Amino acid sequence: MSAQSTPQTQNIPVVNSLNREYRLIAVGVVALLAVIAVPQFGQTGLQRQLSDLFVFIAIATLWNLLAGYAGMVSVGQQAWVGLGSYATVVIADDLGAPIFVAVFLAGLVTALISIPTAWLVFRLRAGYFAIGTWVVAEVFRLLVSSQTEWLGGGAGRSLASIRDFVRGTSPQTFTLTTYYVAAGIAALSIIVVYTLMRSRVGLGLMATRDSESGAISLGINTYRQKLIAYIIAAALTGVAGGIIAVMTINVRPDAAFSVNWTAFMIFITVIGGIGTIEGPIIGAVIFYLIRDQLSNFGEWSLIVLGSVAVVMMLVAPQGVWGLIRQRTQLEIFPIRRLMPMRLLVARQPSSGEAS
Amino acid sequence: MTIMTILNILIQGVLLGGLYVLYGTGLSLIFGVMRLVNLAHGDFIILSAYLSLLLMGFGVHPLLSVLVVAPVMFAIGWPLQRYILNSTLGRGIMPPLLITFGLSVILQNALQLGFSADSQGLDAGALETATINLPGDLSIGVMPLITFIVSILVLVGLQLFFERTKLGRAFRATSDDPQAAEMMGINSRNIYAVAMGISLAIVAVAGILLGVRTNFTPTIGPARLLLAFETVIIGGLGSLWGTLAGGIILGLAQTIGAQIDPTFFQLAGHLVTLLVLVFRPTGLFAVTRDR
Repeated sequence: MSAQSTPQTQNIPVVNSLNREYRLIAVGVVALLAVIAVPQFGQTGLQRQLSDLFVFIAIATLWNLLAGYAGMVSVGQQAWVGLGSYATVVIADDLGAPIFVAVFLAGLVTALISIPTAWLVFRLRAGYFAIGTWVVAEVFRLLVSSQTEWLGGGAGRSLASIRDFVRGTSPQTFTLTTYYVAAGIAALSIIVVYTLMRSRVGLGLMATRDSESGAISLGINTYRQKLIAYIIAAALTGVAGGIIAVMTINVRPDAAFSVNWTAFMIFITVIGGIGTIEGPIIGAVIFYLIRDQLSNFGEWSLIVLGSVAVVMMLVAPQGVWGLIRQRTQLEIFPIRRLMPMRLLVARQPSSGEAS
Repeated sequence: MTIMTILNILIQGVLLGGLYVLYGTGLSLIFGVMRLVNLAHGDFIILSAYLSLLLMGFGVHPLLSVLVVAPVMFAIGWPLQRYILNSTLGRGIMPPLLITFGLSVILQNALQLGFSADSQGLDAGALETATINLPGDLSIGVMPLITFIVSILVLVGLQLFFERTKLGRAFRATSDDPQAAEMMGINSRNIYAVAMGISLAIVAVAGILLGVRTNFTPTIGPARLLLAFETVIIGGLGSLWGTLAGGIILGLAQTIGAQIDPTFFQLAGHLVTLLVLVFRPTGLFAVTRDR
């Protein structure tokens, strides 16, 4: 870091960002190569499984943005999964947009709907915010279910454009494209959250999470910071909902707006490590493996996953990644900030300041 | 539509509200005492209904089963708070929320394992269909009336408990300022545990009355949580009598909504809640400040 004298109001830089980002770039390149390599060797079955995993990484990363970084525990993220799924069906089938373009346009729809929603649920605090978001998701589910003519009511609608896509290309191309788009959505979610958390908004969010009144007293517009995080999470979860619609083909209100989506996000993030970017990624892999192993045991699968999450919360709230970081000091996504040395030095002589 | 039909609908709505008052009271109590929101609240309601169903297998009348189910639920709530949730005190709002949410998922699936996904009901015999006929074609169901009266009795009981007993005073002190209460020799950790126990004992009453009123499955808990929440939000945080008003308004909204269109039943309740949030975010009769 250069020792230039800058005013103290300047954004405190992320420490050693340059040399730590080399590690991130290395990991990113390896991940990219792996994503490209899989279709060269693997069957379409593996591509489908990995597409599921990518979706989990994306939605958990976004839930973590709200809960882990902004302190907003939402139990209503299934609203954006569901609305994103339905928006994709409408944009692709009714408006005629190419199917994978519709997936991303769906994020625009959920972002727009999230603005009035935020205005409503931001009136609630903490635990009641959690249930409030759930009520809103229920309202969306009921409203969608009541549209029998347009959206197929309780039976839902199937994404008919897939047939045209497969007819124009091939089933293999469809699976491969879905795989790349799902990987892209996961990567996009991680990159957006990472960039956000390195920005002033991210700093403000963490301050708000740790002490809202403290943040306000420092001049942070906490409402605006939270709104930005909320809209981003809604937009990208909507895009994830879009690719979920593509993967499941049939979009039904009960499944698309199921609270299980949020349960998955929570379990993944808690197991992996809440409040870290690495956490939801590792958590998604662990979650996926446990779920896969227990897929033949019906209810036991969710009982075990729920219990693991509860026990983690009690004995290791920092999650698997937190435990790894404690032992190795490893950090792939550098977003932590340390007070620059010059500010610490400048501070010491000033007497009467409680530290 | 005659005046009498309208009156009948209104009576039904008010009495339905009695059940929601019972849902909301337990949620409101623990929020008032320790600012904790139990996301498994609804699933505990359903668990109580299943416990009563088990006892019915031994020939116990559902309404009498409360004598066993309520103490059992207290015995679940006390250690849950004392040994699990209390250990997360001082770590912010997130741990209790996520733990109770995990518990909700575990409970739903465990109930499904134990009792299958089939819909069940509690059989209260002739009481279920009994009605009181009033002049002018008005009729009141006996069970809804009992439910409503029980909800009032629970509220009166809590009111007396808070005002007249030493423990109740400790509850109010802890609610206002836990640190100061500790300095006066109150063990707030124990108070929290007792509060959770009482909350789940009230949940037991609610669960049994729900089971007599309608059929239930292991997965309908979260919907009860939402109703409990809406009752509290409409009534205002921390106000016992606000909860009564909240339950009645919610019951009325649903019953009137169902008259407009049967599928409108649930949506009407949610929309009224959102309206209250828009125009009076603190609820109609808020007392407790959100620390």
